[in-house]
Amino acid sequence: MKNLTAYISGLLFGLGLIITQMVNPEKVINFLNIMGDWDASLLFVMGAGVTTFSLGYFFIIKPRNKPVLAPQFFIPERRVIDSKLMIGAIVFGIGWGISGICPGPAVTNILTFNPKIAIFILFMLIGMISAKIIITPPIKSIKTLKTKLLPLFL
Amino acid sequence: MTQFTPIEALLGGTILGTASLLFLLFNGRIAGISSIISGSFKPLSSQPQWRWVFILGLICSPLIASPLGYSLPSTIDLSWSAIILGGFLVGFGSYYGSGCTSGHGICGIGRLSPRSIVATIIFMFVAIMTVFILN
Repeated sequence: MKNLTAYISGLLFGLGLIITQMVNPEKVINFLNIMGDWDASLLFVMGAGVTTFSLGYFFIIKPRNKPVLAPQFFIPERRVIDSKLMIGAIVFGIGWGISGICPGPAVTNILTFNPKIAIFILFMLIGMISAKIIITPPIKSIKTLKTKLLPLFL
Repeated sequence: MTQFTPIEALLGGTILGTASLLFLLFNGRIAGISSIISGSFKPLSSQPQWRWVFILGLICSPLIASPLGYSLPSTIDLSWSAIILGGFLVGFGSYYGSGCTSGHGICGIGRLSPRSIVATIIFMFVAIMTVFILN
């Protein structure tokens, strides 16, 4: 059941991305290109998305003590606006500005079998892993190295 | 050149918000795509399947969009350097900053999370500046 709702959520999310053309990098870049021929569509996408989610969050989610099919809500609780958040946002913004593609649209485009999408995803994964390596404290990295990688060679 | 499409934007945006809401209501999880992807790095056997299943839903969504008359882009007019560098920075930045346009942009702002509001303002501004500089 949980898998069914996860699948349907992914399906609907992808549908939203396709209807809005967020899967089209040109559409996204034309929104970001406020100095050029500006396509304001993404503003309306975000507006509708945030409004819908927000209404549901405050009227349906918050009053509940648990989700329908899981034992608890997994909602991020951190409040501090730290340097990681800001640096991450800056780096993401540059990448998004360069390509007009972000993770959701990248994955949703997989069935185009376009090599550009495949390579984008490949480097996106490399980027994620790189960030994970940088964030992981050195002691944990060495421990992971010893317990996970070394056995592969012995 | 792309047209201003307010109707599809509002409709699709509402669907995005609804999908995110349903996911939180039923599965108790935030529909932050970058986190779902990076969280699925562990081997299939050692974790609950919901991440993979959600991603599968994303991948299959063109199959329901197509009969409704909505399709994926037929060409991607980006240079390989834009693809490679953009991909890497999007991956790095979303992991380092704990989210992207779905997690921070829709769900985070929707919850009135200060972290997400700040993150979204920053990446929007930076992305706009990047496009401006590249033009």
